[in-house]
Amino acid sequence: MNSDQAKPAYIFTAESLRKKFRFSEFFAEKLITSVAFLSIAVIILIFFFVFRESLPAFKHRLKATTEESRASAGNKPENYGSSEPATSEKKPETYKGEEKGTTEKKPETYTGAEPTAAKKPETYTGAEPTAANKPETYGAVKDTSVSADEVNPDESLRPSEKAENQGSLISLFGIEWFPVSENPRYGLIPLFIGTFKVTMIAILFAAPISILAALFSSSFAPPWLREWIKPAIELLAGFPSVVIGFFALMVMATFLQNMFGYVTRLNSFVGGIAMALASIPVIFTITEDALTAIPATYKEASLALGASKWQTAVFVTLPAATPGIFAAVLLGVGRVFGETMIALMATGNAALSGLNPFESVRTLAATIGAEMAEVVFGDMHYGILFLIGSLLFIFNFSINAIAEFYIKGKLVRKIQGR
Amino acid sequence: MKEAKIITRDLTLHYGQKMALNSINIQIPEKEVTAFIGPSGCGKSTFLRCLNRMNDLIPSVKIKGEIVIDGLNIYQKKIDVVNLRKKIGMVFQKSNPFAKSIFENIAYGPRINGHNNMHKLKEIVETSLKNAAIWDEVKDRLHDSALGLSGGQQQRLCIARTLAVEPEIILMDEPASALDPISTGKIEELIFELKKKYTIVIVTHNMQQAARVSDYTAFFYLGELIEHGKTRKIFTTPDIKQTEEYITGRFG
Amino acid sequence: MRLKNKIIGGAITVSSALSVILIIAVIVIILVVTIIGGKDKLSWEFLTSFPREGMMEGGIFPAIYGTALLVIIMSIAAVPFGAITAIYLSEYAHEKSWLAQTIRFAVRTLATVPSIIFGLFGLGFFIQFVGAGMDNWFLGGQLKWAQPNILWASLTMALLTLPVVIVSVEEAIRTVPRELREASLALGATKWQTIWKVVIPGSISGIMTGTILAVSRGAGEVAPILFTGAAYSLATLPTSLSDQFMNLGYHIYVMSTQSSNVDQTLPIQFATTLVLLMLTFTLNLTAVLIRSRLRRRVK
Repeated sequence: MNSDQAKPAYIFTAESLRKKFRFSEFFAEKLITSVAFLSIAVIILIFFFVFRESLPAFKHRLKATTEESRASAGNKPENYGSSEPATSEKKPETYKGEEKGTTEKKPETYTGAEPTAAKKPETYTGAEPTAANKPETYGAVKDTSVSADEVNPDESLRPSEKAENQGSLISLFGIEWFPVSENPRYGLIPLFIGTFKVTMIAILFAAPISILAALFSSSFAPPWLREWIKPAIELLAGFPSVVIGFFALMVMATFLQNMFGYVTRLNSFVGGIAMALASIPVIFTITEDALTAIPATYKEASLALGASKWQTAVFVTLPAATPGIFAAVLLGVGRVFGETMIALMATGNAALSGLNPFESVRTLAATIGAEMAEVVFGDMHYGILFLIGSLLFIFNFSINAIAEFYIKGKLVRKIQGR
Repeated sequence: MKEAKIITRDLTLHYGQKMALNSINIQIPEKEVTAFIGPSGCGKSTFLRCLNRMNDLIPSVKIKGEIVIDGLNIYQKKIDVVNLRKKIGMVFQKSNPFAKSIFENIAYGPRINGHNNMHKLKEIVETSLKNAAIWDEVKDRLHDSALGLSGGQQQRLCIARTLAVEPEIILMDEPASALDPISTGKIEELIFELKKKYTIVIVTHNMQQAARVSDYTAFFYLGELIEHGKTRKIFTTPDIKQTEEYITGRFG
Repeated sequence: MRLKNKIIGGAITVSSALSVILIIAVIVIILVVTIIGGKDKLSWEFLTSFPREGMMEGGIFPAIYGTALLVIIMSIAAVPFGAITAIYLSEYAHEKSWLAQTIRFAVRTLATVPSIIFGLFGLGFFIQFVGAGMDNWFLGGQLKWAQPNILWASLTMALLTLPVVIVSVEEAIRTVPRELREASLALGATKWQTIWKVVIPGSISGIMTGTILAVSRGAGEVAPILFTGAAYSLATLPTSLSDQFMNLGYHIYVMSTQSSNVDQTLPIQFATTLVLLMLTFTLNLTAVLIRSRLRRRVK
């Protein structure tokens, strides 16, 4: 006990250390936490709103069964007439021409579709009143379009329909997608077939190439080379899909046609290869990570037993990384499935149901991209496009959830391939 | 023994299911240097980090028992941990200056306490650097990055940074373990100076260091406090066999 | 047996090397073809003048301007929200809490949602719901916000790029050593003071990379703005948030697939593609460089 200890001494007092309420601290924490909820909220909102907007697709059909077609249908056909005829009437014909025709027809085909594009801003203007007054006109618009859809020869076209109630379901499974003709048909089958074809082709190209490349980068390449390969391939992920689509449309399509000599210039084959370019970085990066994550002891054990480098890579590393590679391919599928711009530009956009890879196809995503700008807000066609969107979203969500199951964590950076 | 500054009562700590400290009872005297020694993983650093409630940051940690400083249990619910840490400074094993200038490193603590008067800040920075015996080395480059200093200088800078907050107790977690002998010597001299004003608790791996700088020594083994007493006694005539074995280098 | 082994081994090694070469070759070919096709048309005048004669002549200034405006508004929305989410995930959330797990899952999901879905969401949520609501409440039903415009397009794009920002920033935050946080806390700083004065300054480069990557992504994506605000041809530059805008990617898309004279405007298309590709390419390269420097610093 020395003397200077006698003075004030106890600074550790309940008083001086009483818990303080710090407003800024409290505020910061609450704010940050609530912002963090945004991602969850967005996912839920996406699901909710995309699905909500697809409701017209169901309501129309149901209404048609209960209410007699109203005479108010008057303005609807006009509406269609004013904004659509160029596309609606021409599309089927154009596509048919395309099937038979030669390559040279392609530019003309576009010429045929051109008025729609040129009109796009006006089309919007045309559709605006509907959009703006939506809350009020919603019902009215529905009714009119219902009658437009339902009264007209829908039934006569498909006498196989037993009950009108089932009409909606059955017609969604139809094989004809003619949304803007006099008697619109919304069969999703050709779209599914098209999407499936393109996805298969893309993955058949992308998966082996990316997996082999990842194997080279992780097992065969010297470290200095690996440092270069990864970022270089990841740069491909940075190419905007519209650029890849443009390249496929202008350069690849012609090149491949000359090489294989098929008839239709733009088809699922061209589109598939272009989309393979988009999914290669995704599959490559995740596979590469899965391969490098295999502990060195595995490889050393194999090498110590006298296996060569390639034997180790193929018989030890590759099998051990199977879950990761599976997830990589799944995410590659997801990437292709939802790809819009490349599909719009390189697949020809004809809703055909054949299985020939050298036919034009129309994918689900491309259908939304191509037609959404031209529909009347709130009508059947609009609802169906959103319904397709919901399907895409659900499909992608499931793929992501499954892939997540295989490679927990670290996923996002890889998806972007950066 | 001087008056006890810190008293712990049955301090027990779990990491999840694993017990890391078992019922520690110790009295740490005021304005003396107390050294914690023991083999690595014995809980001495964990215990040190209990003293300023740094372990609160690890979610899986569960603590029972009391740590009483000046008669106040710092594990009471109503204790403000932020203000508590202002009173108990800490110097870490690896010198960890911020990527700021030397001046800003020292001024960091005063600034968060609301001192923004530049004149006053300069004064605090100068005093702290002088007290940490590094003023002469850095006074001409206060606005250079602290990362440009040597390891030993960085560690003394971190001590100065701690002093600038005017704590009463300074906890040091192997402060010289990464330093060369000359820098270590400087730190030890500094500790010797500082104990005139501060209660110092130092964790060390190096028994010579404990013998040189500390007045009291506590030996930890497997999460238990084995023996605690005057340094001279612990190093010459320990009561317990394990302590003796450790000190004579038979294990650890 | 030996020989067979050697042949298989050789085949696997060679084919895997060829795969790498093939991928890199494709990258180079796309770059070279675009450069060759576009370099003649590319000029200062092309970059700074309006299109003329129905897009047959003139430049792409409005598209560049619109793209720039889009990514700026997008960044203003996406970067703070993304950075804050990253801070939550790395500083506040307990790694194993269900909330943190859910948020991470949401972020990952958001990163895989097809871009066209964001477009649909923009239309269904921003235009049809928020925009229509704003018109009804503030303008008495007069049409202003319930139509495609640059604000809605930018916000849609911000949602798309949110995961990019979150991931980059979080990665950078994790490179801030734990010792620095402890030093700050041991000096009596509060959690928020520590974040504000130590963590955020320490992850500036990550916030920068995140922003760059987001901008590059936002500049290149077309699907989300197809029906949320992009227009093919506008006589004037957008002056208010409720205006439509032109966009480089959309310009390429429309000119190459929907215009009446695809062949005549081919040089313009290639030059536009070249501009877009160079823009995104440079941005990505910068981000890669910053990031590799950051990683080296950590080592």
